[in-house]
Amino acid sequence: MNAAVAVRGLKKTYGKVEAVKGVDFEVSPGEVFGFLGPNGAGKTTTISMLCTLINPTGGSAMVAGHDVVTERDQVRQNIGLVFQDPTLDGYLTAEQNLRFHAELYGVPKDVLGDRMRQVLEMVALWDRKDSKVMTFSGGMKRRLEIARGLLHSPRVLFLDEPTVGLDPQTRSAIWGYINKLRHMEDITIFMTTHYMEEAEFCDRIAIIDHGRIVVIDSPEALKASVGKDRVQIQTGDDESAIALLKEQFGLDAAVRDGQVTFAVASGEEFVPRLFADLGLPIRSVSVSRPSLDDVFMSYTGSTIRDAESGPGNEWMRAMARGR
Amino acid sequence: MATEVVGVSVPRASGSHNARAVKVVLHREMLRFVNDRTRMVSMLIQPILWLFVMGTGLGSLVRGSIPGIDYRTFMYPGMISMTVIMTAMFSAGSIVWDREFGFLREMLVAPVSRGAIVIGKCLGGATVATAQGIIILALAGLVGVPYSPSLIVTLLAEMFLAAFTITAFGVLLAARMKNMQSFFGVMQMAIMPMMFLSGAMFPLANLPSWLHVLTTINPLTYAVDPMRRAVFGHLDVPAQVDAVLNPGISWFGHRLAVGVELGLVAAIGAVLLSIAIAQFRRTE
Repeated sequence: MNAAVAVRGLKKTYGKVEAVKGVDFEVSPGEVFGFLGPNGAGKTTTISMLCTLINPTGGSAMVAGHDVVTERDQVRQNIGLVFQDPTLDGYLTAEQNLRFHAELYGVPKDVLGDRMRQVLEMVALWDRKDSKVMTFSGGMKRRLEIARGLLHSPRVLFLDEPTVGLDPQTRSAIWGYINKLRHMEDITIFMTTHYMEEAEFCDRIAIIDHGRIVVIDSPEALKASVGKDRVQIQTGDDESAIALLKEQFGLDAAVRDGQVTFAVASGEEFVPRLFADLGLPIRSVSVSRPSLDDVFMSYTGSTIRDAESGPGNEWMRAMARGR
Repeated sequence: MATEVVGVSVPRASGSHNARAVKVVLHREMLRFVNDRTRMVSMLIQPILWLFVMGTGLGSLVRGSIPGIDYRTFMYPGMISMTVIMTAMFSAGSIVWDREFGFLREMLVAPVSRGAIVIGKCLGGATVATAQGIIILALAGLVGVPYSPSLIVTLLAEMFLAAFTITAFGVLLAARMKNMQSFFGVMQMAIMPMMFLSGAMFPLANLPSWLHVLTTINPLTYAVDPMRRAVFGHLDVPAQVDAVLNPGISWFGHRLAVGVELGLVAAIGAVLLSIAIAQFRRTE
């Protein structure tokens, strides 16, 4: 099957600034693909090129089998867009906003009623369809935009920072809807985020920094590539525990946060052996995976927060969004 | 949870698809208008003030020189055009509003031609402005203008044409504007002199030549004059008063026919519309 998104050497320069420095990747149909990186890394610029909003300076991109430069209308017909900034008409009701969209995208009239109900129910806004959008909260507006993005049954849904500016509860609700969506629709999702915990929802992640893709893989593989799980145990006698760990398993352990802490390749498989062979009563055990923060750190050499406060990023972002 | 996968159906973009886009942009304009009572009322205040306050005041001054007609009757067609022009400009200005609030993006990323969106907007502005003008039409009796069906139909058609051209002009202005304040600033700057020089407020006969030249090159003059001629055609006015108040527009001594005037307005509208479309094609 053809790729839902296929990108070759895609580039965008603004004057002398290279916002995107030639990226290559493919997204398979049905996949949830995430672009992870700090603000100003080139995420929005890339997504804007894929959505035909800006023209690339170089390279090529095919979305749903159509070229983003030469077949712009076909691409637009096949994609759904949810932007960072709201694009709803607050003076119209939720239903009127959806109808407007349906007409612009030529949704057949005989399926529109059912489809509208389906997408509104998916984001739990069916009972609010007759309310003016200006009475909606930020989270409701974002949900409505997701519903609208789906209304014309696009093959690829682009979500640019779908949860930015929302409170944690609303964010997890939005993720609930996106997860539901992949089960209910035959759709590929391409999203950008700079929240590490959100990238975990993706099948594969591309880490982007300074306009370049640093690595692409599944969240699990990325975390595995960083290395080992962290195991923490509580015992009656920490010093003997540390000595025994060295003796029995050849592990270097230390006391961190009041617990004996050490790293092993696959923590969950190690725990049974630990209980069997340590020869010391263990009161509690916890195993934690390396986080995507660790992944980002190990690939880019900085944490996402540090990368965002770096010089020049504000300006890059302004360039990327100032259209 | 239902796990039925919804098949993808992608409709073909076509001419009828663009027609749907024109219709829905027009429909939205009307919804916004009907929902916004404040705007409807505020757009009426200015022409009504002009007509009944200024018209009555000035009328008492000039009564002796225009026997047989109320000055407010003279002003009436001018005030119809003023209402239509202000409303049409406001509609066009909502593009700037849409840009500020993001909705313009929703329209511009759709798989339809930009032309369809601009045409929809202009038709919407024209429809809304004509609807607003109907309220002034309803006041005809108060200033001694008869409620003749043929007059009403003629005025409606002329209002629609004028409003379409003005909306196209407004959309062209709005194409590059980033905020409402600058749009209204520029709009005031453009509309006020055009209003004053259009014959909406005072007759264009016997003007000093510099003013006569300005009124002749003012495109609005060609939108106001057909409405005045329509109204005066349904009044019984002495010939010498008609010559003062309803002189028409003359080019090199020849009085232009109404058809030519309307043709000019339509042509200007078409030119403005195509420039506006070109502007929106260029903006990303």
